[in-house]
Amino acid sequence: MTDKIEELEITLLLEALYQRFHYDFRSYSKASIKRRLRQLRERLGYRNFSAMLEGLLHDAAIFPQVISYLTVQVSEMFRDPSYFRALREHVVPHLRTYPSLKVWIAGCSSGEEFYSLAILFREEGLEQKTMFYATDINPGALEAASAGVYNLDRIRGFTENHQQSGGRSSLSDYYTTAYGKASFDRTLRDRVVFSDHSLVTDAVFGEMHLISCRNVLIYFDSALQDRTLKLFSDSLIRKGFLGLGSKESLRFSSESGSFLDYVQGERIYQKRDL
Amino acid sequence: MTTTAHIKAVVMGGSAGSIASLITIVRELPAAFEPSVFLTVHVPPSEKRNVLVDVLRSHCDIAIGEAEDKQPIQPGTLYVAPSDYHLLVESSGVLSLSSDEPVLFSRPSIDVLFESAADAYGEALVGIVLSGASSDGAHGSRAIQDAGGAVMVEDPLSAYASVMPLATLNACPGARVGSPGQIATYLKHL
Ligand SMILES: C[S@@+](CC[C@H](N)C(=O)[O-])C[C@H]1O[C@@H](n2cnc3c(N)ncnc32)[C@H](O)[C@@H]1O
Repeated sequence: MTDKIEELEITLLLEALYQRFHYDFRSYSKASIKRRLRQLRERLGYRNFSAMLEGLLHDAAIFPQVISYLTVQVSEMFRDPSYFRALREHVVPHLRTYPSLKVWIAGCSSGEEFYSLAILFREEGLEQKTMFYATDINPGALEAASAGVYNLDRIRGFTENHQQSGGRSSLSDYYTTAYGKASFDRTLRDRVVFSDHSLVTDAVFGEMHLISCRNVLIYFDSALQDRTLKLFSDSLIRKGFLGLGSKESLRFSSESGSFLDYVQGERIYQKRDL
Repeated sequence: MTTTAHIKAVVMGGSAGSIASLITIVRELPAAFEPSVFLTVHVPPSEKRNVLVDVLRSHCDIAIGEAEDKQPIQPGTLYVAPSDYHLLVESSGVLSLSSDEPVLFSRPSIDVLFESAADAYGEALVGIVLSGASSDGAHGSRAIQDAGGAVMVEDPLSAYASVMPLATLNACPGARVGSPGQIATYLKHL
């Protein structure tokens, strides 16, 4: 029913991205990826996807644009405050019992989710024993994350979210402002490693107490979601925690048996003690 | 425009002033209604759960629920886009959500739903555009028509807000036009 030629062209484009550039979007949710690619094709002014494929392979300027367009960068600090409140109330007490902690923010975008957790951990007195790993595949996003500078017009929303998440301090304690920007305190970055890691092609790199991976799985097809959840389960310590986005769940996944619903409604799961 | 294809799905979109029309329509759908139905209505992003689901549930005989990511699509079921996420239909027979940027200031976007459904269902699809004050839905309706599907809009003369049905009519001059009651009758006889 879909234009069969366009379908084939998209398959070829994704294959080229993988074989030539080692970025694997082949098992992303088809409808989303098609939409992004169509928008990009229009923006770049290509007549069809075959012309875009030629550009991708022969014009070095095209690849970075394709990557930044296919990896959707929409984020906020303390996005869905009730999630962070649930972490505070139900997961933090458990985390207190460990001598040291590892936390993985997978698909960290420009760092908003990492800074939210770093502030939450500082407020709860856990920061000093924690090592954070914040990973993404978008190089521009990782750079922005390690800079920790956001437009001032976003701070109001971040502040409201922080308060609703049960914040024990004022968000303004953590940034300084200049020229319409807010720069987050560099000491928040003392205990984090930002790195390029793909949930599709890279492997387990440590034993985590908590993995927060929000609004990334929705971009994957069911098979890739299952594979990623297996990666998470293999990366968690016994009884480790997994937090997903507010519209992501294990309900339709073959991996649901590896996890317990820990905070119902907030998509916080605990690895089963098998 | 007589449709000979067997209709497998209906997509509906609405915004300001569309809830009353929607209730009129879903109330008429018989329990044995076969097509899957997908609905995107612009709602404020603050709601944690889309309350529209509860409102519509009390008025309809077909199964209804908030759409979930990678949920398998069943016939005779009404899937409502959650607030603050786009809803897309996959050709593989499941739903997807996305947190892509708002389109025409809206997330969920009617265009995003309609375009993905046009790809997935082709001529086996009907698109319905109700009252609303933006032009969301026009592009998507055009995609449905181009893929061989049918489009019907709420009569701009009686709709609470005419901008949305008018924009769709501009994009799809051949679209059917009718009151919510007439839309319901059309759907019942697909
Ligand atoms: C919509 S953002 C979500 C940001 C943040 N987690 C939040 O919920 O606000 C999705 C992020 O996932 C990243 N991403 C996409 N594919 C990925 C992959 N294969 N591995 C790791 N990160 C990926 C994108 O680059 C983007 O930064």
